[in-house]
Amino acid sequence: MITADPKGVLTGAHFIDGDQACTEGCLAAGARFAAGYPITPSTEVVERFARRIPTVGGRFIQMEDELASSIAILGAVWGGAKAFTVTSGPGFSLMMEHLGLAVMTETPCVIVNVQRGGPSTGLPTLPGQADMMQARWGSHGDYEIIALSPQSPQECFDLSITAFNLSEQFRVPVLFMMDEVVGHMTEKVIIPPAEEIEIYPRRLTVKPPEEYLPYAVDGDLVPEMVHAGMGYRFHITGLTHDERGYPAMNPEAQDKLIRRLKDKILENADRIITLEEEGLDSADVVVVSYGITARVAQRAIELARAKGLKVGKLRLVTVWPFPEQKIRDLAGRVRAFVVPELNLGQIVREVERCAAGQARVISVPHAGGSVHRPEQILERIEEAAK
Amino acid sequence: MATTTCEIAPANPVEQFLRTDRIPHIWCPGCGIGTSVNCFTRALIELDADLDKIAVVSGIGCSGRVAGYLKLDSFHTTHGRAIPFATGLKLARPELTVVVYSGDGDLFAIGGNHFIHAARRNIDLKVICINNFIYGMTGGQVAPTTPVSAIATTTPFGSFEPPFNLPQLAEAAGATFVARWTTYHVRQLTRTIKEMLKRKGFSFIEVLSPCPTLFQRRNKQGDGLAAMKMYKQLSKTRNGAPTAETAIEQGKPIIVGKFVDIERPSYLGSMEQMLSSRLGDRYVHVENLEWH
Repeated sequence: MITADPKGVLTGAHFIDGDQACTEGCLAAGARFAAGYPITPSTEVVERFARRIPTVGGRFIQMEDELASSIAILGAVWGGAKAFTVTSGPGFSLMMEHLGLAVMTETPCVIVNVQRGGPSTGLPTLPGQADMMQARWGSHGDYEIIALSPQSPQECFDLSITAFNLSEQFRVPVLFMMDEVVGHMTEKVIIPPAEEIEIYPRRLTVKPPEEYLPYAVDGDLVPEMVHAGMGYRFHITGLTHDERGYPAMNPEAQDKLIRRLKDKILENADRIITLEEEGLDSADVVVVSYGITARVAQRAIELARAKGLKVGKLRLVTVWPFPEQKIRDLAGRVRAFVVPELNLGQIVREVERCAAGQARVISVPHAGGSVHRPEQILERIEEAAK
Repeated sequence: MATTTCEIAPANPVEQFLRTDRIPHIWCPGCGIGTSVNCFTRALIELDADLDKIAVVSGIGCSGRVAGYLKLDSFHTTHGRAIPFATGLKLARPELTVVVYSGDGDLFAIGGNHFIHAARRNIDLKVICINNFIYGMTGGQVAPTTPVSAIATTTPFGSFEPPFNLPQLAEAAGATFVARWTTYHVRQLTRTIKEMLKRKGFSFIEVLSPCPTLFQRRNKQGDGLAAMKMYKQLSKTRNGAPTAETAIEQGKPIIVGKFVDIERPSYLGSMEQMLSSRLGDRYVHVENLEWH
């Protein structure tokens, strides 16, 4: 790890919303290129970047659509930059094409999705958390992905740095799954001095061009990178490829590549996953939540405890890869999981899968457009504790 | 007895530009894409270009495979999106000469919107479009360039859609350099590619190219050689011709040449000018955004 480039770090205490905190996190992480297309409720992220980047040293371009934004950042990364794009539901759908290309070419980048109600145009100005399965499975093909879910403007700052670090470490696009409420909520955000911010450097090769193979790995499953213009004259393709980066149209090459793309995430799941746990040791009921819903759930948990119930909290800071082992371990000793989310049941399916019948799993669905009332979650906690 | 030495045939001068470990290539006999690659690489030789600073970006399709055969920094991207990828690459690393090498379907159907916006912005990209009037890789479907009445698998009774006139489209969108040659015109094409690589601004060369397998066969136009004869017979060089007069129509000459060559502020130049005039000393100029 190295420390952040101070040029991008706005050290101090700020009163800003989650969208703007996200911009500052990306700048602190070293992002010097962004491409975007306007879409509510995410546009403030790139608006702030467009205003800030000329005095930091970098470039922003507003592209003609989200297909273009999401591949312009990949071009920028292969040119040497750290880059990200920002969108919401409909734009996220368009970006799935290049999520797949980034996975396949192992291009480190961050895609921010400030979630709103869907499908289609849905609720442009109101919150949702209904893109969580799209984040997992949105591109065609088989792959693993990393997705983080912040619950506050402070986390929009902190975790966007984490998102960049994970993308560089594992050479995978990282999805930053905000929601409209977190994006537009204004709170105090502390930005630390640059020397206190840890940055995972790009995994550039030190091998000379004649020894370098773009997709050869040894040990940790993540290949070393080069940039255009460095003299390597390398080739990158979205086709299934061998270690040289050349197209290889056969089942053996497909098996080798796709397994490695999955394994580099799955075998490192413990290093990737961050969870917030509280009161799990003595819990009868565990509330599993993420993003803005975790803050509503916090109130419900406090109300339930005041009634004498033993309730634990498991907040998914990392949603993908899913903390399978954690849920399995808990399922063996708690009575039930309660899973509130701003969709009609997405992450609850994962909890059910991992609990595998060993504990009850109770969904607290909400179609989006607002957050839950704490009482709605409390009711299900009480039901679960019976 | 004196020993005799056999002289080994000298290597093809363009071999240094090719990933020879990927040969044989996928292109059909008589296809013109390889001819255009030959012209491109000869232009690089004649320019004595710094090959470490040239990147080639392709989309998907037969012409999209060019990136994979060139021994340069080369990117085979998604269908239609070579231009926005190249835009990001150029903006992150302006020192590179970024060439977009792709086909008519890729650049003007699925990628049409990206083409016009890159031309409008005057991003410094060099676009070479192989126009074979058809979707080759997928088996011969109608393209935005297919002539009226031509047979394609998805217009089995003849196409009735009007095709684009690509030079006119490029000029209208803002391209600063627009030319058209056929793969018969190898010297002219090489010279024009050289000229394009030396200049700045969004530049476009349309290369009419035979597709004996999927276009000519269904339209009874013979093989690759027949296409060459047809280009020779029908082409008329008219440098500076108004692009409105360059539409390809049956029974009319194919107008070739360099049609547009103007100067206009580039995207990066305009960006820097605007930001430095508005921000003064606060503007931080960084050439290449390389992450260390």
